[in-house]
Amino acid sequence: MSNVGAKTLLSHSFRIAWKDTMELFRNKMMLVMLILMPLFMMVMVGFIYSSDTSMSNVPIALVNQDSGYGNSTVASQTFTTVLQQINNSTGMMKLSNVSSVDEIKTLVKNGEIDGGIVIPSNFTESILTGQQGTIIIITDQSNPQMSSTIQSALKSVFDQMGTMLAQQNVMGLNSSVNYSNSLAIVKPYTVTTEGIVEGNSTYFDFIAPGIIAMTVMMSVMTGLPAAISQEKEVGTLDGMMAAPINRLSVILGKTLAQTARGLLQGVIILVLAVGLFGVTIHGSVLLVFGLLLLGVFSFVGLGIVLTSFAKDQETAMMLMMTLMFPMMFLSGVFFPIQQMPWYMQGISKFLPLTYASQALRKVMVLGADIPAISTELTILIVFGIVMIAIAVPVFRRMMTR
Amino acid sequence: MGNEPIIEVKNLTKTFNDFVAVDSISFDVRKGEIFGLLGPNGAGKTTTLRMLSTLARPTKGTATIGGYDIVENDTEVRKLVGIVSEKMIMYNRLTARENLWFFGSLFNIPKKVLTKRIDELLELVQLTKWKNAQVGRFSTGMRQRMNVIRALLNMPRVLFLDEPTLGLDPQSSVEIRDFIIKLNQENDTTIIITTHMMVEADLLCDRIGIMDHAKIVALDTSTNLKKMISGADTTILKLEIGNLSPNIIEAIRTCKCTDAVSQENSTHLRIIAHGDEAFDSVVDAVRAKNGKINSMENLQPTLEDVFLHITGHQVRDSVEQKVPMEPHGPSAQQKRRIR
Repeated sequence: MSNVGAKTLLSHSFRIAWKDTMELFRNKMMLVMLILMPLFMMVMVGFIYSSDTSMSNVPIALVNQDSGYGNSTVASQTFTTVLQQINNSTGMMKLSNVSSVDEIKTLVKNGEIDGGIVIPSNFTESILTGQQGTIIIITDQSNPQMSSTIQSALKSVFDQMGTMLAQQNVMGLNSSVNYSNSLAIVKPYTVTTEGIVEGNSTYFDFIAPGIIAMTVMMSVMTGLPAAISQEKEVGTLDGMMAAPINRLSVILGKTLAQTARGLLQGVIILVLAVGLFGVTIHGSVLLVFGLLLLGVFSFVGLGIVLTSFAKDQETAMMLMMTLMFPMMFLSGVFFPIQQMPWYMQGISKFLPLTYASQALRKVMVLGADIPAISTELTILIVFGIVMIAIAVPVFRRMMTR
Repeated sequence: MGNEPIIEVKNLTKTFNDFVAVDSISFDVRKGEIFGLLGPNGAGKTTTLRMLSTLARPTKGTATIGGYDIVENDTEVRKLVGIVSEKMIMYNRLTARENLWFFGSLFNIPKKVLTKRIDELLELVQLTKWKNAQVGRFSTGMRQRMNVIRALLNMPRVLFLDEPTLGLDPQSSVEIRDFIIKLNQENDTTIIITTHMMVEADLLCDRIGIMDHAKIVALDTSTNLKKMISGADTTILKLEIGNLSPNIIEAIRTCKCTDAVSQENSTHLRIIAHGDEAFDSVVDAVRAKNGKINSMENLQPTLEDVFLHITGHQVRDSVEQKVPMEPHGPSAQQKRRIR
């Protein structure tokens, strides 16, 4: 292509992009949606997953059936006190006292509580006679996720109590052992975790880069077919095609406009993530934007191919929906890829979004630099080039049907 | 009007899968003329226009505009032509000026020239007052005027108009038609217009090509097309039958002398018939079905009759054999029949 040709191609593309952006900014409803969509996504995902303890104020009923040993109910008293202490600091449960196991079952069925804790009648007796004390947990099987969370939470409570009790027992056995030594005897091993960067990361740190990558890339992949098929349907595309312009400037202009729009949304999400949900960007912000642009590049070809297939807006929407969902879930935006069965992991290896969100995550969460994400970069570039090489001839044919 | 052709179409064909939209049509359009393509919806008029304006690629055949091939030199062709399509080509959220500026800038017109031209065009169709209003708020008539001047931004030598008055009120239609004539006379712009309105074609066009079922079935001036039927022993009757029923229509249709019948409203029929006994046969047919004839008129042929005559024939047999292509003078028989 000659120099003049390239210049007019670009100038026409900018005209088309300008026109598209102008239309968008005059469309108040669209503009509001543009900001609301990422906001909703952020707020929902952010508040559902943001806190470290994933649950709070779960209503749980407690039944103390302990009949004591001699006149003492010391074991069950200690148990309830410790349970309440731990609960006060975590705020996980909302404890209430009830009188029988049947009452717990009725309350669970009525949906008033999510589970129950039962202290059996021989609890103190077992402990004081040197036997193991048993606690029964009643769970709501209709909500398996909740019930397993309650189970594991209560188990850790009991574990902690068991340790305390064992410490006291060890001290009782040998008076020369002090409290902290006794802990070493009861629990000789302990584990602490340390990340690559400082501070704890929440689920939100994991998900924010993925959502940003997804929003920006989808805007090109789905926005392009939607925008062009809409103009085709309304007839305005003819107005452009009747002018002596290179067909490519239509697609280039549209891509520019969609990219700007996607980046705008990406920035909104980023600001929300940092401002509202305390996400910290450990790497370079410039690299983040560079990655987003690369992501767009890798998706343009796919967008153009879809455009060529989408004869009208309805088809474009359908194509978009069908492709968006697997993309969203298979590329590890919401869940780690490692959680998926092997064949799904295989599919996710072919999705550019996987690499874009992975690279973005490394940069944002781990503060990675360019060498650290060179694999992802290479894959995105190659994918982009291959798709564009396929897309351009397909598009040219479609335009002169 | 010069006689040199500015558009030459040879065996132009367009198929969509199995469907033949345009079937090997050939015609010339002379420089400076208004050429009409007349035909019912689906006849292939729009597809023909789309191919000539390079918006669609012909399956077979060729056409040149101003000497440029519409496929090989499509960019040159685009510089020469303007198209007013049936759909309004404009962005509702942009103002009149912004719309014109956008489409104009795609033609690489220097800024100064374009600014001046936009102002002139807006003035020409009395939209200057509204130049900074979004076109989405315009009335249909205003929008169609916008649609037309959009196609004039590159000062085309050839202007294609696809049903330019479709859906307009009579006053707006007249305005657009006057504008087309003015454009043709003052700028010597060659105009190709499609329409399914016979009256419009009659009013505007120097020559008319009648399209039906993807083919051009007749092509001549309006006068000559009409002579085609009035010159032969053809009679055009307008019948008012008080108790008109499908039975009666069928009886007339099956008359040996009847070429075509069209029902205009609940009581009126328009009949094209031939032969000396046309009158009598039709009247007999109506009587046989106990029809009551309230009035009967012998009419001068209109383009509508030409169309009915041609396509009416075509429905039953092939057109080419039956349509007399040589014009004859009005026959003595016909004159005698006029009441």
